[in-house]
Amino acid sequence: MTTKLGPVKDWENDFDVLDYSYLNNPFEIWDKLRDRCPIAHTDRRGSNWLPTTYDDVTKIAHDFMTFSSTQVLVIPFMETARQDMENINPEVLGYGAPPITADPPLQTWTRRLILPWFSHKKVAEYEPLTQSICDNLIDKIIGRQFVDGAVDYAQQIPVRVISHILGVPEEMTDTFTTWVRDFLEFADNSENRFNSIRDIVIYLMTVIDQRKKLISQGENLDDIISFLIKEQKTNSEINDAIVLGMSILLLIAGIDTTWSAIGSALWHLGSNREDLVMLKNQPEIMDTAIEELLRAYSPVTMARVVTKDTDYNGCPMKQGDKVLMNFPAANRDPLVFENPQVVNLRRKINRHIAFGSGIHRCGGANLARMELKVAIRTFIDRLPDFKVDESKPVMWAGGQVRGPRVLPLAFLD
Amino acid sequence: MKVNVDETKCQGHSRCYIIAPEIFEVDDYGYSHSKFTDDLPKDLEEKAKLACENCPEFAIEISE
Repeated sequence: MTTKLGPVKDWENDFDVLDYSYLNNPFEIWDKLRDRCPIAHTDRRGSNWLPTTYDDVTKIAHDFMTFSSTQVLVIPFMETARQDMENINPEVLGYGAPPITADPPLQTWTRRLILPWFSHKKVAEYEPLTQSICDNLIDKIIGRQFVDGAVDYAQQIPVRVISHILGVPEEMTDTFTTWVRDFLEFADNSENRFNSIRDIVIYLMTVIDQRKKLISQGENLDDIISFLIKEQKTNSEINDAIVLGMSILLLIAGIDTTWSAIGSALWHLGSNREDLVMLKNQPEIMDTAIEELLRAYSPVTMARVVTKDTDYNGCPMKQGDKVLMNFPAANRDPLVFENPQVVNLRRKINRHIAFGSGIHRCGGANLARMELKVAIRTFIDRLPDFKVDESKPVMWAGGQVRGPRVLPLAFLD
Repeated sequence: MKVNVDETKCQGHSRCYIIAPEIFEVDDYGYSHSKFTDDLPKDLEEKAKLACENCPEFAIEISE
């Protein structure tokens, strides 16, 4: 594996999604690339392509035969870690974490299993819990002079909701947060990354074993892991490795993604007082505003692996190359969005693909929207006079998931 | 005006349902369907157009 160190000088041929300038402000980099070299390339961490137009990103997302989801990590595992991983449990890597790491047909039926857990009807059942989580967090920070909108608020919400859906105790939330950050955010530290996924696997294997025992004793468990276990009785395709893989996905996928979206939304509203005031005074624009915040600050980039040598739009892609599905850049493409760099909370036409495009559309999209809406509404209802504290630095994470990790807020008198 | 969701294109983004729940319904898997097989009521035409223009999969078909 080629690993070059040092800041990027040539974004067209040697980009790095973990470069400091990209983490802080990728928007100008995408604009320049879109004009001059709409699909950039790098050999840092393997051969990777980075499309920046809506047309390319959606076309590649729809061609799942050529661009497979079997390797979705933006920062790949080091080879040594991959081997260590196989020593823990060979079956985990055999099936990955379906449906996100699968192609049809595995992707199709594993996705159908879990989609009803994230339907509008089901998500409405999680709303009172989300509301009480947000209210409890505000109770703790209200009256304080300084608050970290990322650490004290955004980061705390989705992990608690998903813990409830998985049926695991709330005491585990800090541990889950650490695991997910080590796995996705600090991905260049391969030792911590390996340890995090090992710990997730061991933890979930224990949980699954305990649930199996309780279910066989006649306990009526209504969490999503127990649902998958019970489905095994009537569907022999759902083997133990698939239950484990799907549980890994459910634990990881909904934590830093939604927390990043909440954090970015708070950052925007805390930096643009007129938008904050408008949203507070006109709650009827909330749905439109949420879609615009998702467009402008789309958190998630997923990878695809090229299955056969392909000349795509003049780019000689080789089998095994990765394509980084730059949904965030596609959502700022001026050919599709009018004045894409302007965040317009009343934007009427907004065909954004923050939740992806094609068969892998985020299964948890309804849950994410609900959490984002409740989190933002509660924050601006109860702490309406906040702003980003410009005397302190905001720290952004990126690569796979972009959002603020440190977001100092201050309150007006 | 008639509105139809192309089931081969819909991926369940739910954008149409959020914009116009009067026109669209979604199943437990997220896939959207129009409630109207005949002409839409006049007062829903604008909302149908808006839903069509916001669908990320270009799955909503409108015909006069």
